[in-house]
Amino acid sequence: MSFALETIGVSMHFGGICASNNVSLQVQKGARHALIGPNGAGKTTLINLLTGVLRPSAGQILLEGRDITALAAHRRVGLGLVRTFQINQLFGELTPLETIGLAVSERMGAGGDWWRVAGSRGAVDRQIVEILERFHLVDVMQERTAILPYGKQRLLEIALAIACRPQVLLLDEPAAGVPEEERHEILATVAALPRDVTVLFIEHDMDLVFSFSDRISVLVNGALFTEGSPDEVSRDERVKAVYLGEDEVDD
Amino acid sequence: MLTILFDGIAYGMLLFILACGLSVTLGLMNFINLAHGAFAMAGGYVAVVVVNKLGVPFYAALPIAFLAPALLGALLERTIYRPVYARSHLDQVLFTIGLVFMSVAAIDYVAGSQQVFIQIPPSLEGRFEVFGIGIGRYRLLIIVVCGLLAAGLQYGLANTRFGSRLRAAVDDPRTASGMGINVNAVFGVTFALGSGLAGLGGALGAEILGLDPQFPLKFMIYFLIVVAMGGTSSVTGPFLAAILLGIGDVAGKYYMPKLGAFVIYTIMIVVLLWRPQGLFSRTTSR
Amino acid sequence: MSGAAMQDLTAQVAYHLARRARWRGLEYVFWAAALASVFFLPAKHLILNEIAILALFALSLDLLIGYAGIISLGHAAYFGFGAYAAGLIAKHGLIGEPVLALLVTGLVVALLGFITSFLVLRGSDLTRIMITLGFSLILREVANRFAGLTGGADGLQGVTMAPLLGQFTFDIGGHVAYMYSLTVLFVMFLVARRIVYSPFGLSLRAVQGNALRAAAIGIGVNWRLVAIYTIAAAYAGIAGALLTQSTQFCSLDVFSFERSADLFVVLVLGGVGYLYGGLVGAVLFKITQDWLAGLTPQYWQFWVGLTLVIIVLVGTERLSGWLRAIRRLAFKGQG
Repeated sequence: MSFALETIGVSMHFGGICASNNVSLQVQKGARHALIGPNGAGKTTLINLLTGVLRPSAGQILLEGRDITALAAHRRVGLGLVRTFQINQLFGELTPLETIGLAVSERMGAGGDWWRVAGSRGAVDRQIVEILERFHLVDVMQERTAILPYGKQRLLEIALAIACRPQVLLLDEPAAGVPEEERHEILATVAALPRDVTVLFIEHDMDLVFSFSDRISVLVNGALFTEGSPDEVSRDERVKAVYLGEDEVDD
Repeated sequence: MLTILFDGIAYGMLLFILACGLSVTLGLMNFINLAHGAFAMAGGYVAVVVVNKLGVPFYAALPIAFLAPALLGALLERTIYRPVYARSHLDQVLFTIGLVFMSVAAIDYVAGSQQVFIQIPPSLEGRFEVFGIGIGRYRLLIIVVCGLLAAGLQYGLANTRFGSRLRAAVDDPRTASGMGINVNAVFGVTFALGSGLAGLGGALGAEILGLDPQFPLKFMIYFLIVVAMGGTSSVTGPFLAAILLGIGDVAGKYYMPKLGAFVIYTIMIVVLLWRPQGLFSRTTSR
Repeated sequence: MSGAAMQDLTAQVAYHLARRARWRGLEYVFWAAALASVFFLPAKHLILNEIAILALFALSLDLLIGYAGIISLGHAAYFGFGAYAAGLIAKHGLIGEPVLALLVTGLVVALLGFITSFLVLRGSDLTRIMITLGFSLILREVANRFAGLTGGADGLQGVTMAPLLGQFTFDIGGHVAYMYSLTVLFVMFLVARRIVYSPFGLSLRAVQGNALRAAAIGIGVNWRLVAIYTIAAAYAGIAGALLTQSTQFCSLDVFSFERSADLFVVLVLGGVGYLYGGLVGAVLFKITQDWLAGLTPQYWQFWVGLTLVIIVLVGTERLSGWLRAIRRLAFKGQG
């Protein structure tokens, strides 16, 4: 059977630095797969490779068994591989309504329409409403995104990814920087994603990782260090050592 | 053949002295200064006035042609340039085009629109032959002066305290200021130095390039080519680019007068598409 | 949520998405004034014709800078190419009727724009500036060297225009020319307005805001930029063609750097990114030029320069803030 997402021997070099080293990762369909590792382990580089922001120096990337290694970033989105960003990457001058509108139009093949006033397609508008409702963004849909509270921006970041209707969703630290009281809203949203959406996520909060994931891959120095169920990984002394080592350096 | 090579090198040296200040402005502050040629023009006109009107000897006029634009540069940098560093590139382009237009019209008003010449000493006129190569005395002077300046710049950048600060600031302004380097001051001095060198180049080049109020517009593209092809991370990059451009332009005009500047522009576009960071740049991405 | 509430919300969404596209009071006033000038200022039709052409050219640059964030210092390349193309078409009698010739010119320049758009896709602002500038200089050199075809430094002589639509002969007072240019400007403006308020236009604003994020929601960034660059080139080419058609002459100066640079002044005077900037700027620019040139003809450039410096030092942000305040009174909600 084919995996939802698979990398075969993916490597990435920047000059002399090896940011990803022969990574072969398999993500099962419908999985809640966590990618963890100390700072600088190459997690974000891997996400950038998967989404096509970077081209790997070597190796292959397969989405549902299809080779997407050479595909442009926006084409991967069309195939259902969608990401969120660690630091909000939103369109500050647009409203949440327009932002979601962009993603929905694009998905429904209406994004390039140049002879039609925006908002004049009922099917697109209904989908926009559905997303805004689901992510509790209706009351702020007319505000400029740049002035929204951080938690709302974070929500919009995820809503924007969902509006692209992903098969595989890559979440880069979905709850990073969100104040405690707004956190549960984000987590509930992520937990409520339909089971047929495969989720690969990076997260530093270990409570979150162990409560939410059914599979964990550990990345160290750009290479896959180990992989297993949450139980196996939590018992693995070497993983602890990697993190403890980092703690000593960091703290 | 070799005479053309010689003339081309002289021309290229001149272009380097004219443009090297611009490469620092771009590299250090990521600031697009289209008005760089105005400082060169200022140096040229200062030299014309002090030599032709005040009777100052040509050699003595050269330092003045350096100092006057340097002071002007320092002054403008402190007053009106600095607020624009943090602005968008669009603003920078608008601002410096504005300065170019003002300088062109101002010089036109003061000195008239016709081309002006500097009276050079008789000892610098004419050519002599060495092994069949026709060597213009004036061009030889340019090569010597600019060559010394280029060597001095290279030495200064590599071996002095100021040079190392400048290099640190170019590589990573944030880290440099974190290390206690006053990036603003470093830049102010460099800007003045670059303006002064441009002025000196303008004075030396008046004989070869011609000097009229349109100078900053006519040569703007040449300066930009030098910087864009040479990259902004070293002295040698722009130097090599300037020499190549000089030889290419002189040879092009001699052998293919019909094509004119066409070749130069085409080469520039190809190079920019092929290596957006410059031909001789160390960094591959920024 | 009930079906009725859902329908209500969908209607709201449609309404708000189309909000920017609705016509506002001052827009009617602007075009009414333009129409009035045809009847009430017949003595000014020559300069009004120049204004209309400049406005179309500036509109084209606004599409590029204001909606795609591409800084071009060589936009005169397309203006000039259109000017020469229209001139050659008329001179050699390839297409007699001016309107049809204008359309063909627009298509030819669009093709040139399409091909060259790939040159500006990659690279920093500086690379783009140099490539566009270099390209316009190359075209100028070409026009200069192929003197047999273009007349070289003497300009393209012997262009005679057939009557417009076979009916209206271009007159010396510029009356037909102005009505023609103004009509073309209005039609082109309507098209541009349609484009920028479409989903495509919205996606351009997203690309300009954050190209990486735009790609991450499935927007093919490069193709959008190619499309808008091609459109902007066609607009510039049509403006250039109008100039040749209405003056029955064109010279190398259509490619000049000063023309590209002046265009920046026009656009910045009027404001970037709301379509009327180029139009308002063209009116201000030409009227001021007319007035100042009467005082000190050769030093006009100084005042242009000073205006640019002051605008930047005061800050386009602050200026557009003031403008927005004024605009909000009339163009409610736009900004």
